[in-house]
Amino acid sequence: MEKIKSASMVSKLRPVLVSFLVLVLICGVVYPVIVTSIAQMAFPNQANGSIITITQENGTTIDVGSALIGQTFTKPQYLIGRPQGTSQLSPVSEDQKALIQERVAWWQALDPENTAKIPSDLVTASGSGVDPNISPEAAEYQVERIAQARNMPAVAVREIIDRYTTGKLLDLWGEDAVNVLKVNLALDGRIQ
Amino acid sequence: MNQIIIADSLYLVTLVVLSIPLGIYIDKVMTGQRVFLSVVMRPVENMVYRFMGIREEDEMSPKHYALAVILLSSLGLIFVFALQMLQGGLPFNPENLTAPSWDLAFNTAASFVSNTNWQAYSGESSMSYLTQALALGVWNFLSAATGIAVLFALIRGFVRTKETTIGSFWVDLIRISFYVLIPLSLVFSLVLVSQGVVQTIGPYHEIVALETGITQSIPLGPAASQIAIKQLGTNGGGFFGMNSAFPLENPTALTNFLELLAILLIPASLCVAFGKAVGDNKQGWAIYLVMTILFAGALAAVTVSEATGAPLISGMLDSGNMEGKEIIHGVGTSALWGTATTAASNGSVNAMHDSFTPLAGLILMFLMQSGEVVFGGVGSGLYGMLGFVILTVFIAGLMVGRTPEYLGKKVEPFDMKMVCLIVLVPPVFTLLGTAAAVVMPPASDWLTNTGPHGFSEILYAFSSMGNNNGSAFGGFTANTVFTNVLGGLIMLIVRFVPLVAVIFLAGNLANKKLVAKTEGTLSTSNTLFIGLLIAIVLLIGALSFLPALALGPIADYFTAIT
Repeated sequence: MEKIKSASMVSKLRPVLVSFLVLVLICGVVYPVIVTSIAQMAFPNQANGSIITITQENGTTIDVGSALIGQTFTKPQYLIGRPQGTSQLSPVSEDQKALIQERVAWWQALDPENTAKIPSDLVTASGSGVDPNISPEAAEYQVERIAQARNMPAVAVREIIDRYTTGKLLDLWGEDAVNVLKVNLALDGRIQ
Repeated sequence: MNQIIIADSLYLVTLVVLSIPLGIYIDKVMTGQRVFLSVVMRPVENMVYRFMGIREEDEMSPKHYALAVILLSSLGLIFVFALQMLQGGLPFNPENLTAPSWDLAFNTAASFVSNTNWQAYSGESSMSYLTQALALGVWNFLSAATGIAVLFALIRGFVRTKETTIGSFWVDLIRISFYVLIPLSLVFSLVLVSQGVVQTIGPYHEIVALETGITQSIPLGPAASQIAIKQLGTNGGGFFGMNSAFPLENPTALTNFLELLAILLIPASLCVAFGKAVGDNKQGWAIYLVMTILFAGALAAVTVSEATGAPLISGMLDSGNMEGKEIIHGVGTSALWGTATTAASNGSVNAMHDSFTPLAGLILMFLMQSGEVVFGGVGSGLYGMLGFVILTVFIAGLMVGRTPEYLGKKVEPFDMKMVCLIVLVPPVFTLLGTAAAVVMPPASDWLTNTGPHGFSEILYAFSSMGNNNGSAFGGFTANTVFTNVLGGLIMLIVRFVPLVAVIFLAGNLANKKLVAKTEGTLSTSNTLFIGLLIAIVLLIGALSFLPALALGPIADYFTAIT
């Protein structure tokens, strides 16, 4: 009697254990291994973080960042991105309003001659906290300042910004975006 | 605004167009018909059945079906917990991450096994590649497959007459995984990689920042393979802490659109599959329409609030509420994503919901609180909605004084008891969890906001866990022993109590005979019924949550405008 019971117990548990093992093997090992192998062969740059490597003057190479991860810029000769980190505050709260006012003041101090209104993406943090992009309006807001700081014509700055601006999907979904790091590398003459 | 309206409408059109063939395909797979993948998959499928020692035609009683689900999920719970605790000594851990605390490991295990994917951890700083792929990734598949399996058990309950079995959980599980989830994820993940979603087992990449010269670490990992199933299986757990807002999870407008489609694709397709499977397409379309109407209404409200609800600050150009949003997504697709992820029990975010305007936050919360039935989780959304359908039929039956019936099956006391469990368990535990958290002395230390918005952070957290969604108001500090343990238990209860109730409901329905359609039979696919069903869903949600919502987002809204 005992034996029959334990035998039926095993036959009940066998499908549980086997299906679990099979699915762990297929979904947890075979599947990611296939995707990783194809990804590494077909899209090596994208699969490894879209790293931008440049050659320095002394001939050595250096990784200056990921095209997809924003960096901190504060100097007037650079295109400056969005504030890093997220506030997690309600947009209607007093704390958030104070934070934005602080940032507005920072921008006005950086470029006192500029009386245009500051595009909102420059004074709000993104969700990731490392947004690599700013809006075309936010880039335009900074063109004159960059041109002045670098002693180059504003047209040339605009030309570089346009080159690193991506559009909406089919002109519909998402928004136009300017990649800050790429623009700055181009301004420095590090990438074409 | 016009651009957003056109974009949103075309998104819905694309969704409907794709869901029809996929729905028909899923129905074929689940009823064992030949499909184009059968050539490859059929031999593998048969081999797996042989290893398992089962025969395809061996069916299960409701009791056995439920037992099989519970056993597999329990095994998963132990496995996911154990792998986290042991990850420090296991391979594929280039960043040498150690085991999380026991309560965090429990919470995470409960979260992934219950298809919630609430995350009290941040992927890149807590979980090794092995834990991500072998534990969390696998349960992205298995919890999704379980939900769809149980839905088809319920469908068999409607279709069958005088039978005692409702199909085989093993066959359902294997077929959904092999024919639907794995092939779709494989294709989708490669598209994601081509756009810049990372997929590697190498260590994090060090870079030297251009202006500051500071060395920074770019987190990497086998992300794309997991993100594909995270969206397709309404899981939502990010590979990285910032989820789909993080550019390495969702780098372009194209990935954003495809991930958005993936969130609702299978839940929408299942409405089509349901119509096919019960032999009356109109029944499927009626439910599809109810979900779409509720979704569109919510989307409109969230979008308008986000585009116009942020306060004006002097010196700043007004361009909608951009706090917590990425440039490439903007207000439009961030609002669309927020609505889709909370309508479906997905829970991934491409913007920070904590920084949504109060009324948008209210809608997102309400979509979760209405039981995750507006598309909802894969399988679970539709079986939850079918619970509401039976409830509506029952109420309509009371009004006209006839025995209620749905799809030719009489609705009797046992069925209504199961429906009550399906419909009422999530709101009860959502409110209990919120109440328990609020009375905890250190509760205010867990919040970034104060006042009504602070309360909203707690209410959102427990609405999310209490309905297996998994999204969060990011300001809420989730990783405490209290929230980990209580939240973990709640996620398991609200997933498995309704799920087992559905299985027993299916068994009871399968056993009944069909009643002939007469002139007095209530139509369950006409406009009147669609309106009634929408009203019931809204009413149950409103009755359960209006007082709590008044203390949170509604008070938040009114304090802001006064």
